[in-house]
Amino acid sequence: MAAPGALRAFWRVFARNQLAVVAAAVVAVLALAAMLAPALAPWDAHKPDTRKILAGPSGSHWFGTDQLGRDVLSRVLHGSRVSLAVGFVSVGIATAIGVLLGAAAGYHGGTMDAVIMRLVDLMLVFPRFFLLLAVLAFLQPSIWTIMTVIGLTGWMGVARLVRAEFLSLREREFVIWSESIGASAWRVVFRHILPNALAPVLVAMTLGVPAAILTESGLSFLGLGVQPPYATWGNILNDGKDSIEIAWWMTVYPGLAILITVLAYNLFGEGLRDALDPRLRQARGGRAARPGR
Amino acid sequence: MVLFALRRLILSIPLLVGITFVSFVVIHLAPGEPIPGGEEEMGRQLPREVVEKLREVYGLDKPIHVQYWLWLTRIVRLDFGRSFQPDGRPVLTKIAERLPVTLFLNVLELAIILVLAVPIGVLSATRQYSLFDKVTTVLVFVGFATPDFWLALLLMILFGVQLGWLPISGLRSLNWEYLSFWQQQWDFLAHLVLPVFVATVGGLAGLSRYMRQSMLEVVRQDFVQTARAKGLAERVVIGKHALRNALLPVVTILGLSLPGLIGGSVIIESIFAIPGMGQLMVQGVFARDYPLIMGNLVIVATLTLVANLFADLLYGLVDPRIRLGGRRRR
Repeated sequence: MAAPGALRAFWRVFARNQLAVVAAAVVAVLALAAMLAPALAPWDAHKPDTRKILAGPSGSHWFGTDQLGRDVLSRVLHGSRVSLAVGFVSVGIATAIGVLLGAAAGYHGGTMDAVIMRLVDLMLVFPRFFLLLAVLAFLQPSIWTIMTVIGLTGWMGVARLVRAEFLSLREREFVIWSESIGASAWRVVFRHILPNALAPVLVAMTLGVPAAILTESGLSFLGLGVQPPYATWGNILNDGKDSIEIAWWMTVYPGLAILITVLAYNLFGEGLRDALDPRLRQARGGRAARPGR
Repeated sequence: MVLFALRRLILSIPLLVGITFVSFVVIHLAPGEPIPGGEEEMGRQLPREVVEKLREVYGLDKPIHVQYWLWLTRIVRLDFGRSFQPDGRPVLTKIAERLPVTLFLNVLELAIILVLAVPIGVLSATRQYSLFDKVTTVLVFVGFATPDFWLALLLMILFGVQLGWLPISGLRSLNWEYLSFWQQQWDFLAHLVLPVFVATVGGLAGLSRYMRQSMLEVVRQDFVQTARAKGLAERVVIGKHALRNALLPVVTILGLSLPGLIGGSVIIESIFAIPGMGQLMVQGVFARDYPLIMGNLVIVATLTLVANLFADLLYGLVDPRIRLGGRRRR
């Protein structure tokens, strides 16, 4: 996968989709902005200023100020760190679980497959937001809880995907050969099958990040996600809800940040899918990310 | 067909047991548990009386399998205990009050999604790359990326606050009782517009996209060419031969998207102050009303299971390959 030739071939196909290239650039800019947020933020995101409560957008405060006089632009920038971190970590957790269970189900088949797939069915019966709320009711809300809980309730898609790949790959000659010369199951799975199943997993991860961001912002909006004083897009919107009639800027800008981020990741992910595997494009068209509620 | 229905029914029993099991596991995440007097665990304190109530209601001092059995025997009798909130009413009564609202809204939303998504999908597929197709594709992606609670807030600002055209909270106006019958119906409808619209956007985007894809695949197949070659009108070819086959996978997706729709009720009902299950759940979480939360979780999951079962049966009904072939491919 990492051969320079393959990479160049990938880029040639990917670059044909201009929308996806733009989206990739936006994804990169957003990541950069999140990393440099402390340097980029024009004001201290956490410092209240009683002289500037709920001031509208102006030259010194582009996105206005909130109910404590804090700069909304700075808070949105800092919020992007939390949102992206939650997105990436929870998708990492979900992918790890999904790959392990999917690989076990697809490679072993039989009873293990049946049990794991019933577990997937079971998890999918729970409307995700109800399950998330029930779990969060019992736990102390923190950024780590949120990441873990979103990850633990979001692995089913990846598990199904990996299982399907494994089911077809394990019948292929190169797998049967390496098994016949006595390679261990561990080696067959991780050295031979998994690398060949990586492309769809990568696409699922790219589409999983925006879904996790939407979920986190929804939870934070309800006041059950990441808690103040941490700024996240969701809890800025939650703050803004109370003064929605007088301070539209507290609602419009963080929401736009979510919209742009999710749109960019979805378009990037779709482009990635088309470029990595034309088969997938045939199989299912735009199934971009929605928060699995 | 009866055999197929029966098999699907039996297959859902382990899932039902699974629902109770997962819910049971969730209860055991509670801090201060299972060690008696351990309420200072995990940094958060539960009031002593809550811990004691929990211990009493769930029998937390008994061995774990006994606990599960106790909880299970109560659940099958639909006994979810009493709410921890000051009114102390039975959880089942509270849920029963809220359930019709959420069911009504979700069925309505599902109907709207279906009625709109199918023609949109068919039109964009039969006119692939036309202006209509391009516009809907853009809208679908924007629809996917728009957080529903944000859309709700924007529409509240615009139609509720700025223009004052639509009510933004609850399902009835304050002066409901003084309105005539028709005014009451109109008032109710006006209250439905914003929440139903917001709840529909995401599902509509997903299903119309899926319908388009499904249609694109079907129109490439030989039997569609054959139908055309027979000299059938294009309207019949698309509207009858192709559409029927393209609708099949959509039925499955419909079943799979149900949990998403129902889960969306949490946010929609909270924002628009609609007295349904979602709002009840959020209130329960803030009040740490554990019996209520658990009852809600079990009921909602069971409902989703039943709805999925219906979708499965529907699928078997419309596609003989499914009920006769026996193996379902996803």
